[in-house]
Amino acid sequence: MDPRVLEAMLPYFVEKFGNAASRNHSFGWVAEEAVDYAREQVAKLINADPKEIIFTSGATEGDNLAIKGVYEMYASKGNHIITCTTEHKAVLDTCKHIEKTGGQVTYLEVQPDGLIDLAQLEAAITDKTILISIMYGNNETGVIQDVKAISKIARKHGVLFFTDATQAVGKIPVDVQADGIDLMTFSGHKMYGPKGVGALYVRRKNPRVKVTAQMDGGGHERGMRSGTLNVPGIVGLGKACELCMNEMESEAKRLSAMRDRLQEGLMVLEETYVNGNTEHRLPHTANISFKYVEGEGLMMGFNKDIALSSGSACTSASLEPSYVLKALGLGDDLAHSSLRFGLGRFTTDEQIDYTIEAVKNTVTKLREMSPLWEMFKEGVDINAIEWAHH
Amino acid sequence: MAYSDKVIDHYTNPKNVGTLDKAKTNVGTGLVGAPECGDVMRLQIEVDEESGLISDAKFKTFGCGSAIASSSLATEWLKGKTVDQALAIDNMDIVEELNLPPVKIHCSVLAEDAIKAAINDYRVKNGLPELVAEKSVH
Repeated sequence: MDPRVLEAMLPYFVEKFGNAASRNHSFGWVAEEAVDYAREQVAKLINADPKEIIFTSGATEGDNLAIKGVYEMYASKGNHIITCTTEHKAVLDTCKHIEKTGGQVTYLEVQPDGLIDLAQLEAAITDKTILISIMYGNNETGVIQDVKAISKIARKHGVLFFTDATQAVGKIPVDVQADGIDLMTFSGHKMYGPKGVGALYVRRKNPRVKVTAQMDGGGHERGMRSGTLNVPGIVGLGKACELCMNEMESEAKRLSAMRDRLQEGLMVLEETYVNGNTEHRLPHTANISFKYVEGEGLMMGFNKDIALSSGSACTSASLEPSYVLKALGLGDDLAHSSLRFGLGRFTTDEQIDYTIEAVKNTVTKLREMSPLWEMFKEGVDINAIEWAHH
Repeated sequence: MAYSDKVIDHYTNPKNVGTLDKAKTNVGTGLVGAPECGDVMRLQIEVDEESGLISDAKFKTFGCGSAIASSSLATEWLKGKTVDQALAIDNMDIVEELNLPPVKIHCSVLAEDAIKAAINDYRVKNGLPELVAEKSVH
């Protein structure tokens, strides 16, 4: 988290402890004012109206509220949702839940570069389709979908368009008007704000969008999300949005230059591949496969000093290779050999230099230790071996 | 999940990485696992024909730190044992020695499988019947 965000939040824990929903005393007013201000800061970053911002506990809640909320609210119009296979689990699992309750979901496959096929998207729309849910930028590969083109197709067919923009908001310009977005979720901690707080954008004009609340109670947040507001968290999210608004442009340039340097530094290794489209990609992300070396073993070579992941953190408790990379057409073997590099506001050039050296040395060392590398070097066809799957 | 010091030590300074000449009749080679599963181990033993003792053992492993450590430890344990003694190495001994967490037990199973596969290869080369492995529980 950015220390400037913490500074903005601190007064709202003890000194200014009011409940933003308490209308009868000044403590409540102070809190309400702070929440209103944060709502403006958040709205400004994505070119929305403050009334279109619903505070949540994070992107997972936003995914649930948007998808289930639209599914229930528009039940009379249809029961079909279109999404894609590389979405975050919070979207995929919500869609699976909807299928269990009788809804229909189409999971579009992605092309080898991670982008969806727009013709396929349009062809999947039926008269029962009520929602298209496609993420803005992917959390594992950084691939940015053609959001403008997707929203155009959605508009043309009178279907709502929801995007999980957790990885994109605050990193690249996201404009709900220009991008034609109807609903959008994002969270604080991906933009140097606090964890456990996020926002859902719900369009109010052209068209006016409504979602059925998934938490019943006091009717907070225009009845769409009951529950006492997390005032310090919301203040932090607002501050984080303001900082991104002011610094995003220069930060994106700095990060993509460092990311490109890191990538070039690693691509000198043989049998090394970048996963996903590199032209339409978030500035702070690179996903790279080092063939014949296993990702978890590779990370162990430098995880004391560098935080990286193989697969996404949300699935790293399992030993399955990344489903996102598999959706791009990578075999299980190559998916097991991949690392996701994420840079941030506090990444330095020295850290990039260090990472390049550490990864190169570890890959080289582990390849010396890898029977697959030896076979590759001797020209043995690894695919022709009958492996005992366990 | 933190790795135990012993796993880190084997990962940082693996013992007996390398390749023995698999064409030799006194060398047994076991290759187990699969690239799609994220672990492949190749373990080799060289048996001294005079004494019947395992005089050398080498490994190469594609896998996580625990898989590398399990195979490195296995090669250490194999050296100086007879082939029959080597057969008695149980995966749970490896789990205990390396403090492997439950999600990494399969690494020790793979190491035991690799030992058995190497011994079988040696036996077949030397005109002995292949041992039918009781299927280990994964």
